[in-house]
Amino acid sequence: MNTLLRRVLFAVGLPVILVTLWWFVSAGSTSFFWPPLRAIVETFPETWLSGRLLSDVVPSLVRLFIGYGVALAIGIVAGVALGLSRTLRDYAEPTLEFLRAMPPPVLVPVIMLFAGIGDEMKVAVIALGCIWPVLLNTVEGVRAIDEVLADTARSYRLSVPTRLMTLVLRSASPQIVTGARQSLSVGIILMVISEMFAASNGLGFAIVQFQRGFEMPEMWSGVLLLGLIGVILSVIFRAFEAWVLRWYLSIQRIEQRV
Amino acid sequence: MNTTRSEGDASLLEVQHVRKVYSSGGTEFEAIRDLDFRVSDGEFLCIVGPSGAGKTTLLRCIGGLLDVTSGSVSLAGARVTSPPEGMAIVFQEYGRSLFPWLTVRQNVELPLREKKVPATRRAELVSDALEAVGLAHVPDSYPWQLSGGMQQRVAIARAVAYQPRILLMDEPFAAVDAQTRAELEDLVFSLWKSLQVTVVFVTHDIDEAIYLGQRVLVLSNSPTSVLEDVPIPLPKARDQLRTRSLPEFNELRQKIHRLVQTAKRTMIT
Ligand SMILES: Nc1ncnc2c1ncn2[C@@H]1O[C@H](COP(=O)(O)OP(=O)(O)OP(=O)(O)O)[C@@H](O)[C@H]1O
Ligand SMILES: [Mg+2]
Repeated sequence: MNTLLRRVLFAVGLPVILVTLWWFVSAGSTSFFWPPLRAIVETFPETWLSGRLLSDVVPSLVRLFIGYGVALAIGIVAGVALGLSRTLRDYAEPTLEFLRAMPPPVLVPVIMLFAGIGDEMKVAVIALGCIWPVLLNTVEGVRAIDEVLADTARSYRLSVPTRLMTLVLRSASPQIVTGARQSLSVGIILMVISEMFAASNGLGFAIVQFQRGFEMPEMWSGVLLLGLIGVILSVIFRAFEAWVLRWYLSIQRIEQRV
Repeated sequence: MNTTRSEGDASLLEVQHVRKVYSSGGTEFEAIRDLDFRVSDGEFLCIVGPSGAGKTTLLRCIGGLLDVTSGSVSLAGARVTSPPEGMAIVFQEYGRSLFPWLTVRQNVELPLREKKVPATRRAELVSDALEAVGLAHVPDSYPWQLSGGMQQRVAIARAVAYQPRILLMDEPFAAVDAQTRAELEDLVFSLWKSLQVTVVFVTHDIDEAIYLGQRVLVLSNSPTSVLEDVPIPLPKARDQLRTRSLPEFNELRQKIHRLVQTAKRTMIT
């Protein structure tokens, strides 16, 4: 209990200090572009909780989840295939290296040509950007499957589906989760960027709107909200990670103790 | 399985002029030159050979995990080209042969699920096997929560529950302490006596080979062939202290020791 309390204090400590600092330093600010934090916080409920939550935040998140989900599915399936097949790897690796090197925001204008400026475009941008971390990490994870464990699975004549589920995916799950975590932060960035180009709703769109309308406290409150969403998503992700990788994390804890 | 143990003639496993050459990236390495032997149904065969002699290679060929370069391996008359039915393997690296994300029970049960054994029978086989290896009290632990010796017991329980006709063991006790090792030897020996299973047991420990085997196959250094096939005419009852202090035991130990020494020397020529 004591250690839990300490961990919470540790995690919350720095943010509290920073926010307090921001609060007092900005308190007397008369700069138009740097409103006091108090003003930002005051405008927060009316800006976001009345209407915009449904009209901007929810559409953004829905696009993020669809794009991210598509990227995870394709990334894991393709990653497993590439990880298992040497031939496939030799064949696809140069192409993948090239595609990966391209910064996803560059693709926005290109994808707009094909997918228009609607939701499809934004989902496609998010998916295309998110796919790389999870794909490449999955390939690494699958390639690192323990040879003895693979032999064991084969000698007991485990079927291909069982081998995929209990050997391949589970063995690679630490790397897959690492990739998925990186993908998530990429996804949030792309969610905002894709909405800044051409959109009629969304968090990124709203922030740009406020900025153009010189509504500075509102703009800052949007930035704050984005940060909050990032934190919440990462907390949820960590809980998921702790659950899927409980075996792996326990082994790590044991090894650290020795 | 309802095979009765017929003495001697009926050979279950036939290894015929097996040669294995590893080729990777243009370089070739002849690990096994020519191995030719049979194992009778119900027999306990030990294979000893110096380190690097190709014992693991041989076992992987027998298990259908590795293709032979020439020659053939047959189990019950059928040629082995992929892991055959009715065969279980226990590896030296117990820590790496158990699924760390499955509990002890799930590890033992997994091959039975694949064999489509009905749930009630499965539960029975699993608890019997865990009982037999002395692990009935930890079915819900994870392998990494157990000591090395216990992990190897789990691997043995998994093999036992699978009800194989033939059990291959590759230096299964090389990485456990001496006390545990003696316990596990007696465990394997009693399982062999009670289960009517054929065992091919690889080790580099001569004493272990004599203690367990009805026959010891001494391998030469790489490229490997059979140096000698030594029958072990010891009484069937085994006792760590008494058996090992028999004069016959000592004679066999010296004989095989000399053979292995010869094996090491012949490498130089
Ligand atoms: N995949 C491989 N490619 C090339 N050479 C290999 C490969 N696997 C094993 N070898 C070589 O074949 C020889 C026999 O190896 P093997 O592991 O079968 O020996 P071993 O008798 O089991 O040895 P140990 O007693 O150390 O377990 C060794 O010289 C090894 O370097
Ligand atoms: Mg070996």
